[in-house]
Amino acid sequence: MKLSRFSRAGAATLAAGALAVTLTACGSDDPVGEAQAADGDSATTEMSDLSGQLNGAGASSQEAAMNAWRAGFQGENPDVTVNYDPIGSGGGRTNFIEGGTAFAGSDAALDDEELVDAQARCLDGEVIELPMYISPIAVIFNVEGVDQLKLDPATIAGIFNDEITSWDDPAIVDQNPDVELPSEAITPVHRSDESGTTENFTEYLEAAGGDAWPHEASGDWPTEGGQSAQGTSGVVQTVQGGSGTIGYADASQAGSLGTAEVKVGEEYVPYSPEAAAKIVDASEQIEGRGPYDHALELARDTTESGAYPIVLVSYHLACATYEDQETADLVKAFLGYVASEEGQEISSSAAGSAPISDSLRADATEAIDAISAQG
Amino acid sequence: MTTTPDLTAEQRTDAVRTALAQADPGRHRKDRVMTVIIYGAFVLAMIPLVSLIWTVLANGLERFDWYFLTVSMRGVFGGMDAGGIYHAIIGTVEITLGATLISVPIGILTAIYLVEYGGGMLAKWVTFFVDVMTGIPSIVAGLFALSLFAFFFGPGIRLGIMGSVALAVLMIPVVVRSTEEMLKLVPNELREASYALGVPKWLTIVKVVLRTSVAGIVTGVMLAIARVIGETAPLLLTVGVIDSINYNLFEGRMMTLPVYVYRQYSQGYVPCNDPSAVCIEDINFQRAWAAALALILIVMILNLLARLISRYFAPKLRG
Amino acid sequence: MSTTAPPTGKARSRSASGRAGDRGMNRIFRLVSTWSGALILATLAAVAIFLVLEAWPAISLGGEELGEQISWFPEDTSIITFVGPLIFGTLLAAFLALILATPLAVGVALFISHYAPRRLAQALGYLVDLLAAIPSVVYGLWGILAFAPIVYPVWNGIAETLGWFPLFEGPAADPPRVMATVAVVLAVMILPIITAVCREVFLQTPKLHEEAALALGATRWELVKTAVLPFARSGIISGAMLGLGRALGETMAVLMILSPGFLYSFAIFQAGQQQTIAANIAAQQPEAPPLGVSALIATGLALFVITMAVNMAARAVVARRKDFSGAN
Repeated sequence: MKLSRFSRAGAATLAAGALAVTLTACGSDDPVGEAQAADGDSATTEMSDLSGQLNGAGASSQEAAMNAWRAGFQGENPDVTVNYDPIGSGGGRTNFIEGGTAFAGSDAALDDEELVDAQARCLDGEVIELPMYISPIAVIFNVEGVDQLKLDPATIAGIFNDEITSWDDPAIVDQNPDVELPSEAITPVHRSDESGTTENFTEYLEAAGGDAWPHEASGDWPTEGGQSAQGTSGVVQTVQGGSGTIGYADASQAGSLGTAEVKVGEEYVPYSPEAAAKIVDASEQIEGRGPYDHALELARDTTESGAYPIVLVSYHLACATYEDQETADLVKAFLGYVASEEGQEISSSAAGSAPISDSLRADATEAIDAISAQG
Repeated sequence: MTTTPDLTAEQRTDAVRTALAQADPGRHRKDRVMTVIIYGAFVLAMIPLVSLIWTVLANGLERFDWYFLTVSMRGVFGGMDAGGIYHAIIGTVEITLGATLISVPIGILTAIYLVEYGGGMLAKWVTFFVDVMTGIPSIVAGLFALSLFAFFFGPGIRLGIMGSVALAVLMIPVVVRSTEEMLKLVPNELREASYALGVPKWLTIVKVVLRTSVAGIVTGVMLAIARVIGETAPLLLTVGVIDSINYNLFEGRMMTLPVYVYRQYSQGYVPCNDPSAVCIEDINFQRAWAAALALILIVMILNLLARLISRYFAPKLRG
Repeated sequence: MSTTAPPTGKARSRSASGRAGDRGMNRIFRLVSTWSGALILATLAAVAIFLVLEAWPAISLGGEELGEQISWFPEDTSIITFVGPLIFGTLLAAFLALILATPLAVGVALFISHYAPRRLAQALGYLVDLLAAIPSVVYGLWGILAFAPIVYPVWNGIAETLGWFPLFEGPAADPPRVMATVAVVLAVMILPIITAVCREVFLQTPKLHEEAALALGATRWELVKTAVLPFARSGIISGAMLGLGRALGETMAVLMILSPGFLYSFAIFQAGQQQTIAANIAAQQPEAPPLGVSALIATGLALFVITMAVNMAARAVVARRKDFSGAN
């Protein structure tokens, strides 16, 4: 009796194990049928002889776009695996400088100190910084019966600084004479995690908001209390879930929520990819850097007509010189894909980013063409 | 204790109770009020729990199919009507298996030590600290694995085995406790008989004690697995996320089911800007619910298996 | 109660070694299992040591430097003032959940053990065990996507009528990503755990006690009050402590529901007031710089100490109560 008990328990364990093995045998790492799709629908793609693994890390703001770029690039080059680790901009820059990754995504350009270290990492060659992910940040709100609002920077700053607390505040009503605003309390929603979106938004408030925004720009929300949520999607969900809420989020995720037109100069500009790309073109490059370093000084307080000033610009960091040929080829091909019209289009449809302008693409292509291996 | 006097006793009690209830209606009323309260507590408690199961079923069944179970998320982005949890299942199974392989030998041997050899100061300390270990929050176990590996391999390291270590820390005390209980149930007569036949002690433990209690031990281990298989936080810290299949526990990140649920949830709604492509706005939530359903099913199956094993293979010596 | 006495290890082990001699396999087996026991102590020590080691950079550095290097670290504070509000939030969430869950769990356990028909009771017992094993991430998903959207009117109502009480100070936040919602979800989560322990204990009430109470003409409630509850008191406490431990360390549900804030605030209907240690770690760790991870591990160390303290206190209470409970 006891003996058989033992073997029966053993048999049950075996059966469970067998079940697990069966499951193991029938999985697939190709959920979209990519292998066929690659030869099937893209006659334009030439046969690729690239292979290997390319590792990058950095800003999570780029993640959605990066997923699309990776998928598109891997579709064209089936033997290549591109990994992108969304560990944050700071971590991305550190990893890149320490040589842990071949490229990085970062919401902020390298500072002077980091630039020196990065040049050392790039075998004393040039450092490449390309602002290839441009995403407008929308001011989203959820007020019943209101789809569109006109707001000037001081009002936006007042709302997010808890100075303007009701939707029928004169500051809002004066700018929107045609909109019927309820006397409902305003609930501002901000990001609870540190993020490039917050950094860019507070940068904008600091530059354009004047006295209404007494805080310094930072990736972390400066005031205590108030409604907040993790990640862009968290903010959108929270704004959606409440009433009288207002928040800021990557425009691509705004969905059906109302969005604000922002006052620039004398006019109100709704967000659009084109308007966002415009501000990047209107901004100056930081001076005194290498030929391939396109770090920007964004003109938040621009008065340029039709430019939307609240944008998130995220860079791709790479080296002009790599130790080995394989890495150089992979980085070159991948960034080339990202900069291409096709690459910008796929990120625009997947992540709602603004395609870069042709002049920026020309600069980027020049930098990417310069990537080579040592020797 | 036989049954017949019991019955009559109950009948007699009933009679006395009726008499007393008639004599003092206040007590009877109080009894009824408390009955209502206790029934009410039960109903109140069941509402959220039933709602939980219902929500997971209603939302999860939509995407829960063979395709979903057998593909990974490689190359899936945006609102594509594609992608599944295969890589997460592989990760969960391997990491949990790793944790089991680490914790079961340690747990069982420790229980053997406590029951068969213990008695000294060490045994007292072990018993005490196993209890303390039961209370370790899962995120602390995750931090421990993180610190351990970061100390030896530098910061930023993410491996499947780190998750196994974290889960093993959580599993060990559960395995020790349940095994200890089972070993204590083995009657001393069996051991004595074995010694009397000249069988050495270690062989007695292996062939008599363990064999008698094997069903209970297996049950305990399966319940321990069911307990840790749904842990999210330690895996979020140590194993990271990935969207391709990774079979290697010792290299690179792995996806696991609970983390998959969280990831899909936190990615939120998808922007559908391109009308030409197939795009499902809430695809991430659909995947999250379906994966949650898969997770609950796995836990349920493990629980059921544990129940069945203990029912059919349990030693019949107790009754 | 117990069917077999636990073997008296020492005496038997001596007699066994006297017979067969403590060598060969016997010796190996004894040593291996002793080492396993010691290994557990070593593991626990390792947990403490490695947490301290990795937390040390953050603990030893001044708050100024931390604030400079970690963007989310508040300026001009030390690690102590940083972890303070987190400890407060953790305790608040756990105790609220415990207060909500314990009476309910005792009621449910009583229902299953003494009120429900026997056949139903067995099925229910199984159901409760199963619910105790549902992963917390699923509770979190349910909490934020199914529960939070409907609970705002309730919170608002309480805040409006009982707002004078600090705990219920309004205005209630909409959406209700607040401590009250978290506490309810945590309570739902620990309810099955406490219930399972309580039911187990209630079922162990000596039959003689119950029959004695019935024989004296006790109603069912009087039976419960006089025989079952006194016997089970230590069991209820240890069940509640188990639930408290789970609630203290719970990460996902809090992370998914709460709008975090770093204040010492009792306002459970307002957003952005409190945060728990575990949720803060999970939220910040993925993008934290090395020093940030170190600071987070320091907060984890605090959580570790708190749960250990709770655990030991519970054991002490249970041990003391046991002497008076009449069990055994």
